[in-house]
Amino acid sequence: MLPFLSKRLLVALLVCVTVSALSFGLMFLSGDPAIAIAGSGGRAEDAEAIRVAYGFDRPLIVQYLDWIGSALTGDLGQSIYFNVPVTEIIGNRVGVTLTLGFVSFIVALAIAVPLGVAAALRPNGWIDRIALVIAVSGQAIPSFWLGLMTIVVFGVWYGMVPISGAESWQGYILPVIVLSYYAIPELMRITRSGMIDVLATDYVRAARAKGLPMHLVITRHALRNAILPLVSLAAVQLGQLLSGSIVIESVFALNGLGRLAWESLLRSDLPVVQAIILILSLLYVVLTTLADVLNATLDPRLRGAS
Amino acid sequence: MTTFPSKVATGIAALATGATLTLATPALADKASNTLNVAFAAEPEPLDTYKIAGRQGLILARHIYDGLLYKNLDTGEIVPALAESWEFTGPLTMEFTLRQGVKFHNGADFTADDVVETLNTVITPEYGTRYSISVDWIESVEKLDDYKVRINMSKPFAGAVEMLADALPIYPHEFFAQNGSTGMAATPIGTGPYKLVSQEPGIRYELERFDDHYAGSPKSGATLDAITVRTIPEMNTQYAELMSGSLDWIWRIPPDQAERLEGRVQIISAPIMRIGYIGFAPEAMGGDTPIATKEVRQALIHATNRGAIVDAFAGGASEVLNTACNPAQFGCAQDVTSYEYDPEKAKAMLAEAGYADGFEMEMVFAAMPRPTAEAVAADLAKVGVTLELNEQQYAAGVGKWRAKELPAFFSNWGSYGIGDAAFILSNFFGGGADDLVQDAELTEWLTVADTSSDREERAENYAMAVKKIADEAYWMPMYNFNVNYGLANDLDFTPHPDEFARWWATSWK
Repeated sequence: MLPFLSKRLLVALLVCVTVSALSFGLMFLSGDPAIAIAGSGGRAEDAEAIRVAYGFDRPLIVQYLDWIGSALTGDLGQSIYFNVPVTEIIGNRVGVTLTLGFVSFIVALAIAVPLGVAAALRPNGWIDRIALVIAVSGQAIPSFWLGLMTIVVFGVWYGMVPISGAESWQGYILPVIVLSYYAIPELMRITRSGMIDVLATDYVRAARAKGLPMHLVITRHALRNAILPLVSLAAVQLGQLLSGSIVIESVFALNGLGRLAWESLLRSDLPVVQAIILILSLLYVVLTTLADVLNATLDPRLRGAS
Repeated sequence: MTTFPSKVATGIAALATGATLTLATPALADKASNTLNVAFAAEPEPLDTYKIAGRQGLILARHIYDGLLYKNLDTGEIVPALAESWEFTGPLTMEFTLRQGVKFHNGADFTADDVVETLNTVITPEYGTRYSISVDWIESVEKLDDYKVRINMSKPFAGAVEMLADALPIYPHEFFAQNGSTGMAATPIGTGPYKLVSQEPGIRYELERFDDHYAGSPKSGATLDAITVRTIPEMNTQYAELMSGSLDWIWRIPPDQAERLEGRVQIISAPIMRIGYIGFAPEAMGGDTPIATKEVRQALIHATNRGAIVDAFAGGASEVLNTACNPAQFGCAQDVTSYEYDPEKAKAMLAEAGYADGFEMEMVFAAMPRPTAEAVAADLAKVGVTLELNEQQYAAGVGKWRAKELPAFFSNWGSYGIGDAAFILSNFFGGGADDLVQDAELTEWLTVADTSSDREERAENYAMAVKKIADEAYWMPMYNFNVNYGLANDLDFTPHPDEFARWWATSWK
């Protein structure tokens, strides 16, 4: 298990460095940050002053090394736009994203896994067909449209929930519904196909033949084996839910990390963008590593394979 | 084996009923609570006026802070605010008599020390005031007595009085000296008609009427008890909130959507200072482009059906412009050469200039709607000019422009919302980095106009410059922008061309 872990960690570190270097370079390709910060009324003199003040006049590689040097000591710099430490801004906003992401993830799992199992038990039965409709529409309907529709119906027509904002817990209801809806299809389909394969195996047939109650056959024998690909997928999905909710956060005016990243990009707030990219790539790396470890624990065969 | 679905179904049903039972109805707007609920799409910047570029933050700041003077846009007059009176005591000195009995939100008295401390701090390069143009004309500020100050100017600047009119707010000196820009932004304290009671920076702001706001203020008479400002990035969400009554004030609604909202909420359209333009750069590529030829530039304007573009994409209060400034601005003379839409004439002029077969040219557009740029390209294609159209972020476009790598740049300029041609002409034709015309005559006239304190002389010199820019076709002026506001049906709000919302003058019908 130890060589497996250390190899994973090394790869993880390399991924983080590569991602941060690439994103650093890409930021400068999208235009001169000094002019962007000076704004649409900024004269050349203003941009020059900003260029010097924030050190954009130094070679790119020097700026990068400088940044990564501070980042390693935990100093992610000052936000240019908000003029406060980046860690403070991220600290203010990460809660919304974590809440939204984790709750949506749990809701998605709680619906997708049972639905997938039920669909697998009777392929082409009515549950399976409903599941198929959910899966197809979940993959076909754009999230901003669904978000707005839920706003119109539940917020404007019925006035059951706040339309936007996260001032109360009710504000999370619609975003969680919409966000989890997009995580459900893949989770459900992988549960379903995994279960169908496993249910056809000899050991499941043997378990049923010896008279074990069906729910025990499913939970103890079938699901445990069908769950391996689900764990890997779920890790990626959790990563997406935690990082990829820019659209949902915008539609529902939730002030999370996704939206902060997007807006910071638009206003060339480089330190914030860099920090978020670093955090999110770390998150992905941690989650996939965690999934690998979890799978290795669940299935001893995988430990040797690495 | 059918236990799973039934459990799921029960679960969902339980969730649904639970939700309907426990959810509180969202707070209702707002005439009853006398609170104005506002949404912006972009996050306001930290509330130190001197560091703000975006209009959202500036609007909030103008409710919290006051300047020495104030411009009444209805009469065009500069009126007293924190200063009771002022005069030029020399070509480069102004003296102000300050108002007595003015209180800051923290209870401190307003005196000359506040003016001296604030202005002397923000003019230092280390402070990093966002727009150098706003303060670089101040050399120093002296206290003459507790209610008298003198501003020494570093250079003649005709826009000085305009700048002092609410663009340079006065902070309480003790607090500002101790806490600096960051502290001001975290705890804004001004003399304005509203005080900030809480903020989540960039997300949510709560303002409350300041009942000790000084008598005789140009911002007096506020009737709204409170103002709540939120950031809602998605316009569609803003419409939903507005229609459901949880918002009362939104702005910058695109024309097509404003049309659809009309009738359900109150929509008003108002012209603003910002104008769209295509800048031509005779200096680009070392002057080696067709655009360096005057007749070519004139032909391009003749070839573009600007009237149709304005009707189709700008709408509202927008009109085709002939000048490189907004007609609403001082100095923006309108008796200039105009170029009517005439593609045949354009073709003939191009042929005469040696481009009978047309030519190819790059044009970058930034912060302009794509359809407008495509319409220009389509019109020019009809006279044989192929535009290589590139949409870029504003920063990238301006960077390329200043590097003289761009023959044509299609964008817009807001003049800081100030009704004086100085704030647009001088940037583009005054000889600086954005001036890719480098016309010595223009630079000279503009320098005189920008620095003279004689209104007649200024107007005369701006007029000469505006006429020459039109004669030479250095710019293809497009149209003045307008802003669509979406308001609660019972809200009484008057928009202004400087894009500063005045909520202190807003009330319920």
